[in-house]
Amino acid sequence: MTIEIPQSFWLYFVFFALLALEGLFCLLATRNFLRVLIGVEILMKSVTFLLIVAGFLSGRMALAQAMVITVIVIEVVVVVVFAGVILGFFRRHDSLDTRNARRMKG
Amino acid sequence: MSDLLLLVPFAALVVLNLLPKAARRVAPEVAFLLLALETIVAVAHPFGLLDESLFSSLQTALGFNLVLDNLSVVLLVCAGLAGMAALLVARFTVRDAGDRFTLANLVLVALVGINGIAMVRDLFALYVFIEVTAVATFILITLRRGHDALEGVWKYLVLSAVASVLLLSSIALFLLSAGGVTLAEVGTALGAPTAVTWIAVALFLAGLFIKGGLVPFHGWLPDAYTAASAPVSIFMAGVVTKASGIFALVRISQLALGNALPAREVFLVVGGVTAVAGAFLALGQSNMKRMLAYSSVSQIGYIVLALGGDPALGVVAAAFHFFNHAVSKSQLFANAAAIEQELGTLDMDRMGGIAARMPVTGATAAVGSLSIAGLPPLAGFWSKLLIVLALWKAGEVGFAILAILTSLVTLAYFLSLQRRVFFGKTLPEWANVREARAGLLVPAAALALITVGVGLVFPLVLRVLLGGGA
Amino acid sequence: MTWFTALLVVMVLAALWASMTSLLLRAAIALALTSAMLAVVMYALGATLAAILELSVCAGLISVVFVSVISLTERRSFKELVLDRKARLRRVWPLPLLLLALGIGLSFVRAPVQIVAPAAPGEDVRTVLWTLRHADLFGQILILLAGVFGVLVLFKREEQDDD
Repeated sequence: MTIEIPQSFWLYFVFFALLALEGLFCLLATRNFLRVLIGVEILMKSVTFLLIVAGFLSGRMALAQAMVITVIVIEVVVVVVFAGVILGFFRRHDSLDTRNARRMKG
Repeated sequence: MSDLLLLVPFAALVVLNLLPKAARRVAPEVAFLLLALETIVAVAHPFGLLDESLFSSLQTALGFNLVLDNLSVVLLVCAGLAGMAALLVARFTVRDAGDRFTLANLVLVALVGINGIAMVRDLFALYVFIEVTAVATFILITLRRGHDALEGVWKYLVLSAVASVLLLSSIALFLLSAGGVTLAEVGTALGAPTAVTWIAVALFLAGLFIKGGLVPFHGWLPDAYTAASAPVSIFMAGVVTKASGIFALVRISQLALGNALPAREVFLVVGGVTAVAGAFLALGQSNMKRMLAYSSVSQIGYIVLALGGDPALGVVAAAFHFFNHAVSKSQLFANAAAIEQELGTLDMDRMGGIAARMPVTGATAAVGSLSIAGLPPLAGFWSKLLIVLALWKAGEVGFAILAILTSLVTLAYFLSLQRRVFFGKTLPEWANVREARAGLLVPAAALALITVGVGLVFPLVLRVLLGGGA
Repeated sequence: MTWFTALLVVMVLAALWASMTSLLLRAAIALALTSAMLAVVMYALGATLAAILELSVCAGLISVVFVSVISLTERRSFKELVLDRKARLRRVWPLPLLLLALGIGLSFVRAPVQIVAPAAPGEDVRTVLWTLRHADLFGQILILLAGVFGVLVLFKREEQDDD
């Protein structure tokens, strides 16, 4: 069975845009800290996808992969920091409502 | 030499964390020493005082691909000064020894990040070091326990993540259109821009604007600066935000990468709006640190505005204002730390006549305020003048006038700060307030002296900055 | 539609599920599924090492982090969960429509995209990573170090609550 891989940039770009929109929407349309993090994660997936696609189409898969590997490591650390801050909010207010993060004015 | 700037702090980190608990107490002192060393090396570098051929074999072995030029030196010196001020203040404001240890370690991590930002020649490596600095800063903010720190770091976290996504998308598009992400390859692609290159540039600028706190993406900055503890605020305002955001813009302008694109117009508009909005938003603040935070936003706008002017002069003006802001803002936040320590509050409406009780803090605060507002012969006057000249020379008369008028607003809010906090009759509430301990005053005094000194010796500084690029 | 395009569609649908579901645990699982699909896509495009890392780290480690946080913060009654489903739907119903609009809109874009000529082939990612991207590796080590400090600072139980 041969796998036919498309070579069209715009096809890939559409999927990248769809993923990015989902991530952004999830991040914005919520009052729950964890959903914001899920939104951030989906955004990171979309950009990981775009990097690999860029590597594939330009024939520089080695460089693209090297970048993606670094991005994944950074992503993990950032998620852990997010989780820690979310837990901090939960311990303080016993809730995951982001309205608890609106106290500082001005 | 450039590799050492990354390796030495890293080695210090490793050693500090392997030592037994008793030896760890010197961590802040070790970090301070390294920062002092870095400042000295950075200042000595452009004058060719150091024999750097000793390290060339190290350079080939490591292959980090770093270049240390005069622009890098500016950032390195800012990092050294702001870091030293932060650590000195931490000694007196951070009670817990464990927290001081963690703070010193994280400052070292952030330092490696900032040094990396100063010296890389590759967009992706730039992203990596920006993230290193960002993560270290996130943790630094959360060192201060309490709700506000969490709220401040949350906004920074989310906006920083979105900015990272924008930067990475840009890198992916550059990979497609330029075949690589080194500054050289990107420069070639920008010489013959296609639609994809345009989008890549727009995404990159947007990402940097968010990281740098430019309007309309500045929302996270006042909360993060106000919520952080005193030393962290000094470090952030002094160097971190500028390094993560606008340093790359100055670098790109220096290498004249954006000439085929309307980058200058973008810088003019975004810089101008930020400078004005930041200044007006600072006027209405009653929390001292919050006003200083909005002032930082405004000054960052000025630096970007400078990049919209005449290419050569604009870069020099931007770099000089970068340095002046780092010195003066660190000093003002150090003053705020002293006031917070002695008065227990940062609410300026409750203060009055503090100058009589805290003369050193009052005097240095005056120097810092007037320098940023642009009064001669302080350093800030010269950098503001250069910015106006760069705009004038490029024919952007409207923006030059805007810069001057915004300086008046800057003067207004700083005078408001001085009047509310320092002048007037000492309120009975503060009758027994003493000047802060000598150690807390040293950073403020030293930075104020630098401000005055640079202002008086300006021509020499100008020569270093004009010394050239890569 | 080739089976590859179908993979991409499943990936987007999984992310849609993650965004729209009312139960946080399901959202975490949907996110893991999105990562898994992305890993398969990456493998199909030839990015084998990155695909393995994506699968094990993002679909694995990050999901573990999510599930731990969810279990530490979940405290709602069943009634609240049911009400939440309706509230969630009211909030997220525009998303599928927006996606459709974006997808259809973008499919009309026909601008030619100049991609740079492919480089000399034969470079393995391992060579690139270990010989050319030293600065990145160094950065990774630093960020992990910062992460360790982060865990120590954030996850330690607080004794007092100062505000």
